[in-house]
Amino acid sequence: MTKKVVISGWGNYPKQEAQLLKPSTCSSLQSELQKEKSLIPRGMARSYGDSAMAPVVIQTTSCDHFIEFDINKGLLTAEAGITLREILKIIVPNGWFLPVTPGSSYVTLGGAIASDVHGKNHHIAGTFGQHVKSMRVLLGTSDIVTVSSTKNVDLFRATCGGMGLTGVIISATIKLTPILSSFINQKTIKADCVESACEAFEMNSNATYSVAWIDCLTKGKSLGRSVLMLGEHAKSGGLELASKDPISLPIYTPAALLNSMTIKIFNEAYWHKAKHDKTQTIPLMPYFYPLDVVGSWNKFYGKAGFLQYQCVIPKDNGVTNMRKLLTEIAKSGQASFLAVLKQFGKANDNLLSFPTEGYTLALDFKLTMSAIKTLHKLDNIVADMGGKVYLSKDAVMRETTFKKTYPKWQEFELIRQSYGAIGRFSSEQSKRLGLA
Amino acid sequence: MKKILIIGATSAIAKQCARIWAARGDELYLVARNVEQVQIIASDLKVRGATNVFEYCADLNDKDRYVELLDAAESTMNGIDTVLVAHGTLSNQKKCEQSVEETLSEIQTNALSTIGLLTLIANRFEAKKSGTIAVISSVAGERGRASNYVYGSAKSMITTFTSGLRQRLHKSNITVVTIKPGFVDTPMTASFKKGLLWTKPAAVATKIIKAIDLKKDEVYVPTFWFWILLLIKVIPTWLFKKKP
Repeated sequence: MTKKVVISGWGNYPKQEAQLLKPSTCSSLQSELQKEKSLIPRGMARSYGDSAMAPVVIQTTSCDHFIEFDINKGLLTAEAGITLREILKIIVPNGWFLPVTPGSSYVTLGGAIASDVHGKNHHIAGTFGQHVKSMRVLLGTSDIVTVSSTKNVDLFRATCGGMGLTGVIISATIKLTPILSSFINQKTIKADCVESACEAFEMNSNATYSVAWIDCLTKGKSLGRSVLMLGEHAKSGGLELASKDPISLPIYTPAALLNSMTIKIFNEAYWHKAKHDKTQTIPLMPYFYPLDVVGSWNKFYGKAGFLQYQCVIPKDNGVTNMRKLLTEIAKSGQASFLAVLKQFGKANDNLLSFPTEGYTLALDFKLTMSAIKTLHKLDNIVADMGGKVYLSKDAVMRETTFKKTYPKWQEFELIRQSYGAIGRFSSEQSKRLGLA
Repeated sequence: MKKILIIGATSAIAKQCARIWAARGDELYLVARNVEQVQIIASDLKVRGATNVFEYCADLNDKDRYVELLDAAESTMNGIDTVLVAHGTLSNQKKCEQSVEETLSEIQTNALSTIGLLTLIANRFEAKKSGTIAVISSVAGERGRASNYVYGSAKSMITTFTSGLRQRLHKSNITVVTIKPGFVDTPMTASFKKGLLWTKPAAVATKIIKAIDLKKDEVYVPTFWFWILLLIKVIPTWLFKKKP
């Protein structure tokens, strides 16, 4: 009998006592699943809220083996518990890169699919799921099925972005992107308000990678001043991958260290340090995963934890709406240490996938009652604008908001029903959002 | 390129050691009981860069297989440079207390099988006057405690046996590394509550490989266990026995 442990997502909120199962092989994973009534799969637990939390959780990180790597075709097959970081160590020296990568390399392959993650190249490459050639999914019925964009298509579309609610992803084959160098040519563009930031995204829509740091504290004319970082894979510099182990932050720092004053100082310094129209060549790891340098940066927010909020608003009226949203955030006075703005490309067909064409904003809030209230307020504004909130970041969204902003949820439920997932896979998040 | 024989290749610690060797392009010969699992590990090691990976399935409690096993590894790889002995089970102390069979079977798996294998390996290495033998013992073997003394005494036997073996083989240019891990977060210890003293198998493996590379004699992984054990060992028995 496994003892209960306290688990949480990356935001350290909420927390819960859970039975944590850690099968060491896929076949033991299958037998563990048979024993339990209902559970949720969990990888590196890097989703921020309660999406990988439940009274019984099955952790897949020991099922982390490579299965096959076709170096000529750039096709990689691995078990779902492997991290993107481990994948990078093998593929980069061989001239390949992940087709899409989120901002942390400490996520599992299965987690990347279940969250249908996006990266700085969404406007060109779409989401992670769009590069999955096929995968094997363990269903609630204990059967393992192969799914792809041509086989069991409905399950494929529900599983990519399905938050682990359709079954346990066992393994997947992904198509990689060829690279000539492990370096990135980065160009920095300064935009003195949100309008010029959005314009800069529009003008640089052919850049392979683009993302902006955005100041969420400045009010008035400079509201939403941003530093855009564009990136292209370099053509020389070698394929060596420098992946140092992170510095770990062993203890929680007092949450009071992060207040509107310190963040204002940080933002001011960041803005003035950035040079307009500057090009530099930097290694791939710090470009894509700047925060991976500190092992557990989430502890900066103290023991109480934090809330991460990421929303997308449609392109139509996007600039005006983004100003409204930022005004609301600045007005709340609830500082965000890290805020990111990005332009998304077209949405895909996956039922609960987050990205849709428009602008996305991501920021964190120190956990307080008023922060939760602010998030609910923002949820309503975003929903009225026709936007939505990213499920992998969410910890507080209401059922009504979810069902309004993810209109394909009913179709999602029907597919779950037909593949035996209902009653077998559920998380604290899925319960909160009113999924069966 | 080194030719490495890994006994108990599906153990979490051995698996992580094998990954480091694979990344260096070494040749690996994996011995384990579970066919399916060892095949999964072999494919993984090939992708990670191992020059060659071979699999051999055997129940290590069957001593009649030892010669065949070592012959197979030697002839397949055309010699062996390093052996890592990593197999074992975590004994259920309470069950052992109630059963002679259970106790003796735990001693068999965790000590006698290793000692049997080491007897043969030692002679083969001594004959060619080269080789490295690395054996996973445990901090549990340093002093018997009520909570796990069956497992602990088996590991204690390993530590003592390798200590003698090291002295015997020293003049033959053979390194014997006794590895004493502390609490490692593996499927074997899945049911334990984890605290500050726990280490991940990958971190333990990095330390083990370093110890093997540097031809160390005995290592505690992580090193802080040396100090903990030093402390535990100086507690007088009259006091130690009263410890809850």
